[in-house]
Amino acid sequence: MSDTEAEFADLIAQTSEESQGLSRGSGTDRLREMGAVLRLSEADAAALEGEAGDPDQTMIINMGPQHPSTHGVLRLMLELQGETVLRTKPIIGYLHAGMEKTGETLTYLQGATNVTRMDYASPLFNELAFALAVEQLLGVEVPVRATWIRMLMTEMNRIASHLLFLATNGMDLGAVSMMLFGWREREEVLRFFESVTGLRMNHNYIRPGGVAADLPDGWEEDVLALMDLIPPRLEEYDTLMTGQPIWRERLQGVGVITADEAIALGATGPILRSTGYAWDLRRDMPYLAYDELDFDVVVGSYGDAFDRYAIRLNEVRESMRLVRQIVEGMPSGDYRVQDKKVTPPPRARIDESMEALIHHFKLFTEGFQVPPGETYAAVESPRGELGCYIVSDGGAKPYRLRVRGPSFVNLQTLPHMMRGGLMADAVAVISSVDPIMGEVDR
Amino acid sequence: MPERKEDGLLDKGLEGLSHNFVTGTLEELVKWARARSVMPATFGLACCAIEMMATGGAHYDLARYGMETFRASPRQADLMIVAGRVSQKMAPVLRQIHDQMMEPKWVISMGVCASSGGMFNNYAIVQGVDQVVPVDVYAPGCPPGPQTLMHAILTLHAKIRSGELTQRREVRGGGAEIQISQVDGQTDTGAVRLLKPTTKD
Amino acid sequence: MSDETGVQDAETEDAAPEPEPVAEKHGVPVTDSLGQEVLHPSREQYRDLVETLRGEGYLVCIDLTAVDYLAHPHRSVVPGVVPERFELVVSFLSHEHKARTRLRVQVPADDPTVPCIVDLHPGADALEREVFDMFGIVFEGHPDLTRILMPEDWDGHPLRKDYGVGAIPVQFKGAGSEERS
Repeated sequence: MSDTEAEFADLIAQTSEESQGLSRGSGTDRLREMGAVLRLSEADAAALEGEAGDPDQTMIINMGPQHPSTHGVLRLMLELQGETVLRTKPIIGYLHAGMEKTGETLTYLQGATNVTRMDYASPLFNELAFALAVEQLLGVEVPVRATWIRMLMTEMNRIASHLLFLATNGMDLGAVSMMLFGWREREEVLRFFESVTGLRMNHNYIRPGGVAADLPDGWEEDVLALMDLIPPRLEEYDTLMTGQPIWRERLQGVGVITADEAIALGATGPILRSTGYAWDLRRDMPYLAYDELDFDVVVGSYGDAFDRYAIRLNEVRESMRLVRQIVEGMPSGDYRVQDKKVTPPPRARIDESMEALIHHFKLFTEGFQVPPGETYAAVESPRGELGCYIVSDGGAKPYRLRVRGPSFVNLQTLPHMMRGGLMADAVAVISSVDPIMGEVDR
Repeated sequence: MPERKEDGLLDKGLEGLSHNFVTGTLEELVKWARARSVMPATFGLACCAIEMMATGGAHYDLARYGMETFRASPRQADLMIVAGRVSQKMAPVLRQIHDQMMEPKWVISMGVCASSGGMFNNYAIVQGVDQVVPVDVYAPGCPPGPQTLMHAILTLHAKIRSGELTQRREVRGGGAEIQISQVDGQTDTGAVRLLKPTTKD
Repeated sequence: MSDETGVQDAETEDAAPEPEPVAEKHGVPVTDSLGQEVLHPSREQYRDLVETLRGEGYLVCIDLTAVDYLAHPHRSVVPGVVPERFELVVSFLSHEHKARTRLRVQVPADDPTVPCIVDLHPGADALEREVFDMFGIVFEGHPDLTRILMPEDWDGHPLRKDYGVGAIPVQFKGAGSEERS
């Protein structure tokens, strides 16, 4: 190279690299890190996949808490080996609202507003468990009509909750139109609730002593119209999902749990019944007036996600059967207990009677006193056994309010159901457990 | 290197443009487009999430505004509807998701728990998500029904369209903090009627 | 009317207190609370009683929780049981007998430890973690005793009676806007 050429070459080198701050070193020196490249031949990688249980090959992936398919704020730590799920840890607490602590600061009349927001897909069940526990402590007898109204409302709420399950289950597995169908039916049920309780959700309707208000005129026609509306739509779901090959492939054999495991883990509700174990509190330890009604307990056979789906679909049918019986057998009478110390007087009487005014005032400011004691009351919610344990110290507010949320205990079955399954089935399993994070975290 | 103007496009976006009839039209076009292409992110937490899903359902139909697909990835979303109570454990997650969203982004605080802590004035719940993210519209209710949520969304659209939203944000230094009223189930406004269910529906 | 309800004892204290003979079952005092059977084992008797009940058909641990009796004015006293600050309340369900039973184990404040029953009832895992989180009761032998509802680095046990309920300043300080108009 001549001088001028060398100079020229230098000049180019300067302007092109130095001016941009690039290094002038050789090839590999310019890279920040050699370790970023995975140097593994395809044959070697395939050989690695075959080895099972090698701890170096697992990875821990975090799913949630913000995730379209985790049914609320559930976080899962999944230990994966390739696509296979080995171990799982559900991490909860992202919706913890201190409801049990708040419950200690609210009177018994306000308590239903608090507990109703725990399982927000079936709020009337929370209210029912709370009311039953308080009535046990009070020692009051709820009038027959109130009992039957409670049964009607809770069975309709079971229908609404299972429709929500069908909708979200469908959407999670890809049948997005199921989401629209499920909400369509649910809107009709919520419309009925709005006409009775005034609210679509979180009704604060079932209170200790009875219910907040009587059923409106014409409720029988509304309910029976609903009962005529839903069965053909359930047939549509059967066509869309139950018999469909894709649906079956995705759910059958997925998330299997045995009866022993379910009982050992304390799982209740459709999870336990999907294993073939027929336990339903409404039949086996009846509350309200379920022993006077005729219904079947739906059980599965294989303990898989398909069974849980089918159980909930058929529980809608059973609930409709119950609702028809309730409509026919609804007794007349008071809708709440007539004990002046517990039940507020009718609003009209406040203008007439001083005593009524004083009772109203005391009940809504101070609340009614409940004798000291402790008790546990349980109901069969769409998710399992929903229990309420109250310790009373004789005052107007619970000393300790404990709600046994079924989803909290049912979530413990997730690791057992997911083990050995594929990552893509994790969504199907979570969906089949149907957790509501409000009652998990409270 | 060209000097960056302090009030230029790079710093203040649309508002930094010197106004003449060309940029004015451009600005109107952009506001029109923004108001009509809002994509919500999934941030349903509790009971309000159920009502948010009902708003997306066939009866109340959020799809007429093109908003029925909730984007799971915050990078693809413009609007975060915080639906439900935010606990202490969830607050950092909320902030992280909000930070991942691209500008321009808006936040609707749905329900009383998100707006102010609601009935849960205790150790566990953040007393209002405006402590964590800037809020543009507060929707009251426990839970606000689909009609109230629609009202909040339409208010947001209207304020984006008119430019009032950005003005309010500048004044307040954070979110626009528009408060709306609950419009569920009211029969006297004439806008809503309680219908009895019929099999002919 | 059963005098062993345990809830009326506060009133009978003014009358001449005689130790009433309390019925026993499996070696522990048993009382009746509004028609529900309640057993009162000590911490030492707790695990053995759980095993005995399992043998009797109480296969499901339906609920495990605790109560802090710090502020309770009329603490009911079962003769033979020393009341402590915390009480662990464990409910069991028997499918074959269609019956429930409840255990109330006294746990002192200065030594809040209780044996863990996860090996007998795996479903008690999350329930015990919750009691640990909310009350600070330590379960000996638990495979993973960490907080479950509160963040893992939270201080204090919220459901204790000396823990206030009131609005606590927001823990997460990543928010910017301090000035509100």
